[in-house]
Amino acid sequence: MTEIVVKDLFKDYDRVPVLERVNLTLTDHEFCVVLGPSGAGKTTFLRLLLSQETPTRGSIEIDGRPIAPEPEADRGVVFQRYSVFPHKTVLHNVMIGPELTRSRFLGRLFGKARRELEEKARGLLGQVGLADAVDKYPVQLSGGMQQRLAIAQALIMEPKVLLLDEPFGALDQSTKKSMHGLILDLWRANRMIIIMVTHDIQEAFTLGTRVLMIDKVRHDPQAPEAYGSTITQHLRLDPQRKPSLGLAGAEESRTMQDIFRSWADRMGPAVVADPADEPPRQPELLCHAGE
Amino acid sequence: MRRIINYHPDRLTGLLLAMLPFVLLIAAYAVGSQARLAENADDKLMPAFATFVDAMSHLAFEPNRRTGEYVFWTDTLVSLQRLGLGLGISTLLCIVIGVPIGLIPYLQQFLNSFMAAFSLIPPLAVLPILFIIFGLGETSKIVLIVFGIAPFMIRDVTIAVTQIPREQLIKAQTLNASTWQMMTQIVFPQVLPRLYTGLRLGLGAAWLFLIAAEAIASEGGLGYRIFLVRRYLSMEIILPYVAWITFLAFAMDFALDRLSRWTCRWHHLAS
Repeated sequence: MTEIVVKDLFKDYDRVPVLERVNLTLTDHEFCVVLGPSGAGKTTFLRLLLSQETPTRGSIEIDGRPIAPEPEADRGVVFQRYSVFPHKTVLHNVMIGPELTRSRFLGRLFGKARRELEEKARGLLGQVGLADAVDKYPVQLSGGMQQRLAIAQALIMEPKVLLLDEPFGALDQSTKKSMHGLILDLWRANRMIIIMVTHDIQEAFTLGTRVLMIDKVRHDPQAPEAYGSTITQHLRLDPQRKPSLGLAGAEESRTMQDIFRSWADRMGPAVVADPADEPPRQPELLCHAGE
Repeated sequence: MRRIINYHPDRLTGLLLAMLPFVLLIAAYAVGSQARLAENADDKLMPAFATFVDAMSHLAFEPNRRTGEYVFWTDTLVSLQRLGLGLGISTLLCIVIGVPIGLIPYLQQFLNSFMAAFSLIPPLAVLPILFIIFGLGETSKIVLIVFGIAPFMIRDVTIAVTQIPREQLIKAQTLNASTWQMMTQIVFPQVLPRLYTGLRLGLGAAWLFLIAAEAIASEGGLGYRIFLVRRYLSMEIILPYVAWITFLAFAMDFALDRLSRWTCRWHHLAS
């Protein structure tokens, strides 16, 4: 059981507010997708969760304890690019985490410990469909395969929280679809919290148990940088496919399609080709296992 | 008729084309040499090939009457030793200074501008200082080489380190990597190809400083010999020595390229 609590989070860059008053509580096994127009601070939010940046004010707690001020193994991450190490083979890219953890000086395991780890890594690579590519280098893999590798590399550390920064943003549509299936399977099997940033609204509605919109609430046309973004909408997608518990209470009465359409408007025309499209929802992910 | 950029030589033609400039140069020399010697049999400027063979077999295969050494090989050995030490020490400095500077912000702030300024000092201008401090022996020549190539190699490695995507270092930290582990496991292997390139580029400069130092104060070495026999206009020794130095430099460059391909296979897969 893992719980993340974000309390009253503010982040300024050189006195320019980027995020303000962000509050969020995620309990066990949520898949939280963060949406928002470009420049709204989605990635900043993820960096704060990762401790790649420090908040100006406010706190982030995991299981009641503030997160470490630098990236740690309790929070795994997959970036859009550059997540894997180009100088290591696929197998070694997965083994590296436990090797670094257990061999502090050499960063290398030997003998029985190595064989056991290799077995585990191969198993994980099998799960992400890379069993045939163990001896290749990342440069020999396609974009989708590299992201699978990055996911396996993060999962072997068994993080409490997996942070995904537009992990499928550079992939083509069909690869994206298969990656969606994969990440949902892994999310169910590993029972961790996933927080994913994306600018693809369809992806958000396909994957998330929670969908957040980060945007500016107040806007001063004279000084567009005067206010930061915050969570403007907050949807919990429940098994009956009815959105509920919005921050704005009015969301409750509207249908999914209305919400989808209005959110798509907010994201701008570049993001969704046709906002009238029914949000694609795979039936199996509508049920929260055991809830 | 296609555009000329769309014609590609086949393997054999390519090989012949690559050899052609060398053949032309040798042929031109032969013609020139013959013409001059026909006019004046004592001409020293462009000796015949037979004279080269004579002079070099004398230096390479007959022991020196006074010292008993095979002069050519002793020269080669002494020079390569100086060069090797200079290059080796420079490489070591690159690794132990360049990698930490690139990775650790405090160290970067502390040393970056200093290294930039330091690398602009003309090495030959400080050669007298080196002679004063280290004497005329081996040390000053090796220090000159290090002084000449290490600063820019270190800067190059530092830049290579800062070019490693930030994401990788974040990712490494989420995999529990310590700073030491990031240096040895993530950063160093990734800048190694760049280090090889730096070494290959530094080779030319290293030879330059070696020969300069040997010309000024030395008791042996390829550069020393060239400048020694210059007094007698001994082109039959100078030219083969120059060719030999060029060949050694070429061989070292080739070896470094091979070494890079062998030890950094991942880097050469992309290209």
